[in-house]
Amino acid sequence: MSSYEVAPGDNVHAGDPVKVDRYTTAARINHWITAVSLVLLAISGLALFHPSLYFLTGLFGGGSMTRILHPWIGVVLFFSFMGLFFRFWKLNLWRRTDSVWMSRLRDVLTGQDENLPEIGKYNAGQKMVFWSMSILILVLIGSGLVIWQQYFSQYTSVEQQRIAVLVHAVAAILAICVWIVHVYAAIWVRGTLSAMTRGQVTGGWAWRHHRRWLKDLVSGKSNKKPNATPAE
Amino acid sequence: MFPPIPNPTTQATPPKFGDADLIRKSASNITPAAKRQTEVAKLIDVSKCIGCKACQVACLEWNNLVEDVGVNVGVYDNPHDLTPNTWTLMRYTEYDNPESGNLEWLIRKDGCMHCEDPGCLKACPAPGAIVQYSNGIVDFVKENCIGCGYCVKGCPFNIPRISKVDHKAYKCTLCSDRIAVGQGPACQKACPTQAIVFGTKDEMKKWADLRIKDLKERGFKNAGLYDPPGVNGTHVMYVLQHADKPQIYAGLPNNPTISPIVELWKGMTKYAGLAAIGAFAAFGFLHHVVSGPNRVSDEDERNAKRLTEGQSR
Repeated sequence: MSSYEVAPGDNVHAGDPVKVDRYTTAARINHWITAVSLVLLAISGLALFHPSLYFLTGLFGGGSMTRILHPWIGVVLFFSFMGLFFRFWKLNLWRRTDSVWMSRLRDVLTGQDENLPEIGKYNAGQKMVFWSMSILILVLIGSGLVIWQQYFSQYTSVEQQRIAVLVHAVAAILAICVWIVHVYAAIWVRGTLSAMTRGQVTGGWAWRHHRRWLKDLVSGKSNKKPNATPAE
Repeated sequence: MFPPIPNPTTQATPPKFGDADLIRKSASNITPAAKRQTEVAKLIDVSKCIGCKACQVACLEWNNLVEDVGVNVGVYDNPHDLTPNTWTLMRYTEYDNPESGNLEWLIRKDGCMHCEDPGCLKACPAPGAIVQYSNGIVDFVKENCIGCGYCVKGCPFNIPRISKVDHKAYKCTLCSDRIAVGQGPACQKACPTQAIVFGTKDEMKKWADLRIKDLKERGFKNAGLYDPPGVNGTHVMYVLQHADKPQIYAGLPNNPTISPIVELWKGMTKYAGLAAIGAFAAFGFLHHVVSGPNRVSDEDERNAKRLTEGQSR
């Protein structure tokens, strides 16, 4: 069971080309709520972070509105991401093949997937994006509450708020960098975006990048699992 | 007695300083005013204060502020802390002097110190919400304030307060509107003992020297001027009987500076952060240009087909 690499809802459809269900409708809606929140948070946060980006507050209806909206969008992001976390955490647990994959980062970056081990639903890069986002969002909501002046300023000392505002800024920058990696990887590896738009990828994409996942799906291991949806 | 500032005429007077005299403006790059006006300062002589709170009342009066009715918890401080309406506050300390054995009443008029290097202004993200005039006055511009509370984190003296009503930051203006027409601040005008005097910073330092000499003659051997160098001096200064221990005056900081955390946040982090984001984006762009897209080949699709048909049918 430990090598089982399939999530509920994953499915293979024979045909030409083969189609593979990767994300359910609920997972995709959950993802896009998170994505939109994160982008809005990055824009409004950067606007208050660097004076030369202050003009971005115009998108939110001015400085005061940006200050009002940013934390609330943060709350949306936190709960939305929590949904993603509980959907995806299990298949993002680190495995030995992930370390092998990481040690061949050169082959990853040059697109020589044939030199890489067979990967389950997520590769080491995706897992690192997943876990770093999980940690960073936890840090961001925690430090964000401390500096949410309107409702929470009375519960902490000014010195604690100073630390929180610095931690918040650093964590946000790291989160934006991780987000760039995430988005760029989805663009660079062609055929990936459809997983999050229509929920499907082609069999060839799965074969090339997540062969273990495809093989597990095809061999129908999910039938052995209680409460699992029939795969084929 | 320090010569009092004469009463104003009834004629309208043009303001002596304005936007052309700014030397700092929050979240903005400005060219500081070429010629600096004479620096002004308010000198608060704690040894002369009788704790009458006339300054507090005058501040409310002049600035048209109303404070809520408070609760008596057995101390003279009223209200208990600075608020969005109380921009200046008498803080009472009963000090048991271990050397003389006397009980001393230290009454410090708390409020904005108008730092030469203002932490609030450094922390503020809203362009023009905090400004510093060339005469040294640090002022909040309400229309530009967004209520984020960053000034609270930047201030080494814990002065700004955010209103729960309009969510904007408030603090002492040093009565910039009065000073602009040649008057002293309202608190100074109201003080019955000249514990508060106002003039140019040089005048105030000279006057303080006389006061310190007097105090020393009367046995306060550590009397001195509080004009902390950590913030490049302030435009509100204290004469303290015990200048070696400012903290006994209701927690007046010993050596106030802008917190290194705030300096890091508004310094390194700001530039390194944007550079890191730019570097990641640039790496992505270059990688795509050099490596090209990672495409699925026809052979991949054929392999997938073979796998699916071989095992699932």
